[in-house]
Amino acid sequence: MSVSQNFADLRSAAIEKLEAIKEKPLILVGTATCGRAAGALEVLNVFREEVSKHQLDVQVEEVGCMGHCYAEPLVVISNPGFPTLAYGPVDEGTAQRLVSDYLVNGDPCYEFAMAALEPNDEFPTFEDFPRGVIEKKIILRDCGLIDPDDIDHYLAKDGYAALAKVLEMEPTAVIDEIKDAKLRGRGGAGFPTGVKWEFCYKAKGSPKYVICNADEGDPGAFMDRAILESNPHQLIEGLIIAAYAVQAATGYIYVRAEYPLAIERLQNALDQAREKGLLGDKMLGSDFSFDIKIFPGSGAFVCGEETALITSIEGSTGLPSHRPPYPTTAGLFGKPTVINNVKTLSYIPHIMRQGAEWFKSIGTENSPGTAVFALAGKVVSTGLAEVPMGTTIRELVYDVGNGIKDEKEFKAVQIGGPSGGCLPESSLELPIDFDSLQQGGAMMGSGGIVVLNEDDCMVEIARFFLDFTQKESCGKCTFCRLGTKQMLEILTDITQGKGKPEDIDLLQELAEDIKLGSLCSLGKTAPNPVLTTIRYFRDEYEAHINEGRCPGLMCKELISYMIVPEKCSKLCDVCIGSCPTEAIYTRPDMLKAIHQDKCFKCNSCLVACPPQYKAVIRVSPPLEEQTEAEEGGNADEQ
Amino acid sequence: MSSKVNITIDGEQYQVPAGENLLWAALDCGVYIPHLCSIREKERSDASCRLCFVEIEGIPNPVTSCTQEVREGMVVKTRTPLVDRLVKTGFELLLSDHKLRCGKCPKNRQCELQKIAKERKLKLKLTRLRPLLTEEEPVDDSAKTFIYDPNRCILCGQCIWVDHHKVEAGAIGFINRGFDRKMGTFGDVSLAESICTQCGECVKVCPVGALTFKVEEVEKG
Repeated sequence: MSVSQNFADLRSAAIEKLEAIKEKPLILVGTATCGRAAGALEVLNVFREEVSKHQLDVQVEEVGCMGHCYAEPLVVISNPGFPTLAYGPVDEGTAQRLVSDYLVNGDPCYEFAMAALEPNDEFPTFEDFPRGVIEKKIILRDCGLIDPDDIDHYLAKDGYAALAKVLEMEPTAVIDEIKDAKLRGRGGAGFPTGVKWEFCYKAKGSPKYVICNADEGDPGAFMDRAILESNPHQLIEGLIIAAYAVQAATGYIYVRAEYPLAIERLQNALDQAREKGLLGDKMLGSDFSFDIKIFPGSGAFVCGEETALITSIEGSTGLPSHRPPYPTTAGLFGKPTVINNVKTLSYIPHIMRQGAEWFKSIGTENSPGTAVFALAGKVVSTGLAEVPMGTTIRELVYDVGNGIKDEKEFKAVQIGGPSGGCLPESSLELPIDFDSLQQGGAMMGSGGIVVLNEDDCMVEIARFFLDFTQKESCGKCTFCRLGTKQMLEILTDITQGKGKPEDIDLLQELAEDIKLGSLCSLGKTAPNPVLTTIRYFRDEYEAHINEGRCPGLMCKELISYMIVPEKCSKLCDVCIGSCPTEAIYTRPDMLKAIHQDKCFKCNSCLVACPPQYKAVIRVSPPLEEQTEAEEGGNADEQ
Repeated sequence: MSSKVNITIDGEQYQVPAGENLLWAALDCGVYIPHLCSIREKERSDASCRLCFVEIEGIPNPVTSCTQEVREGMVVKTRTPLVDRLVKTGFELLLSDHKLRCGKCPKNRQCELQKIAKERKLKLKLTRLRPLLTEEEPVDDSAKTFIYDPNRCILCGQCIWVDHHKVEAGAIGFINRGFDRKMGTFGDVSLAESICTQCGECVKVCPVGALTFKVEEVEKG
């Protein structure tokens, strides 16, 4: 039988199975790691118990993540005769109500619903919200809506159709299609994927290897995990197509061991793909044989760098080495190797199925397609968002993320994790694509985006990211091992009020040298957070150094806590109980005050002070210890 | 391998063996380029000391000469403002984590760091950077004939290469990560407790004062 016939059989069996499922009510509970952290497994149990208690003919399925982290645990219920609705956040009580009120008594509980999945007359859909207008989901389209542990769900949604098509094409034609689509690597650097494949295809040496880099390590980035946990087959299909294009016989998925659920779901997906003949010897009846191994990485950030990743698979310490030679000519075990990121590979099936022209119609000319962001920080709706390239930062923060939390002022966005940079308010109109971000001093990176508000100290943010890269430096080369340490020492001095006026220039000099001098990309990009914060927020560095003042009121050594007598109430003393060092005392006039020498700035009193008073404030530069006379004076004024 | 290629270094023409590594070709021609980690026999240089920077026509930024193969017509500059700047910073960074006090060091006057300082007119003290060697590690004098002072080690890896590929003892290697990376034994035990054969070959290749023979042994030898 031909490849297309084999595939058509698989596909029609899957569609038949899925249609049977859809005839009955169906509850989908998002149990990716993010959902689990919010209590999805408990909610799942309640659904199962309630369904069996009421003896309902309802299927309860575990799915992945839809990207709405702020609304986890998220549940989707489809019920014939009703619009399919997403509910969140759902706790155990809500889960009980959804079964008893909705599935038993036919009331869809609109009060708990977030949005409908398809247009209807009853309830708005995700597309009716600003977020839905801007978002364009390609690789996240099915995440959270299909069962990652059942290959038939993926098959029924055009899954593996691209593979069936590719297996009847010439490898060079596949490479040409990806080149034509101008797909750029989503790992951060944005290298054209098709060109990379072509290098490897033309390179001498056999066997060849393909590797999926799923060693996601940036603080605040979780896109790859969500994709692995929600739609592992999309990635597997992409990796098989990559292997076919470069004619590799073995593939690896290098996934960090800290993602146990992702590994479990990937392993299961690989087993099912093999069972269906979509992976392994002579897949789908073609002449092409290829298999995939999972390699759990042991948690070194630097192993996301491709040469370090390769040495790690080879069994040595994950240390980067000089490029060239690039992995496409001498990679794993010295053989030509393609290494692509999870997101890059996830686009492949879509491009092969819908064509390069379709892909280029989305996004910008030089960065076609979409970008997936993990939106975190001081933004209302955190989570995963997939937007066309060229979307502005303002749209991402204010429309997709619904603006800044707690009515605070926007200050900056940190894009691209520890290799990226901080962009200020004036960059809000910057379109997000590989080239614009680089010009702004940031970089696409893996796609983490942290929103910062007026309460964030930019020097501290730079110090935080540099502390990360410094700890994750492998220590091999001088500039990264010692240069990042030097910069960290300087930044720590500045945040502690010990900075010297010449430190800003020294930081810039060191940063430029580390960028040029380091062996691998970890060192080459490590100074970016420092360089961009100096570029856009130099005044904050100067305030720390010259005035001993932290404008963000964040650096402990440069602030004091005080209680504003005009706001404090004689009738309240919750702050006294909250203070672990007994630094707060009651003055003769019954108002409260803080002994500065006893206070160690834990922030407890500020949190404890009831919202109707908000009497505890932070001031910078720090106060001197108050004298008795001053206290008395204040008391008189009352 | 008798074929030769013509290269230009700092305006002078040289004929060097094809396939040769630029750093070693230049050194053979008598052109000094600072270097600590490069090992001639090693197929791919570690490129970890980051001192052998040069500028090559056609390549936008300075590159490490130990990772470049000589090509016909290659035009190399060993001293440009950018190269000098990188070498100075790299050198100062190494010094910031190195026990200086050269007068008390057994390698005084035979030290590769002193040679680089002399050649490139760099200071052998910290002016710009902060000292990072705040807590000194204990010196290992457990071996009969030599001393290992980790505070003087600059992590070039010469000793480890000899131990693995010449002596084939496998007693030492790089241990720990990042700023804590150092040369050490398995489990970080003392050399005497390790499988070290105390042959002393590693001491002979140490470019600085990290591995030195005990004085009386040198006198006897």
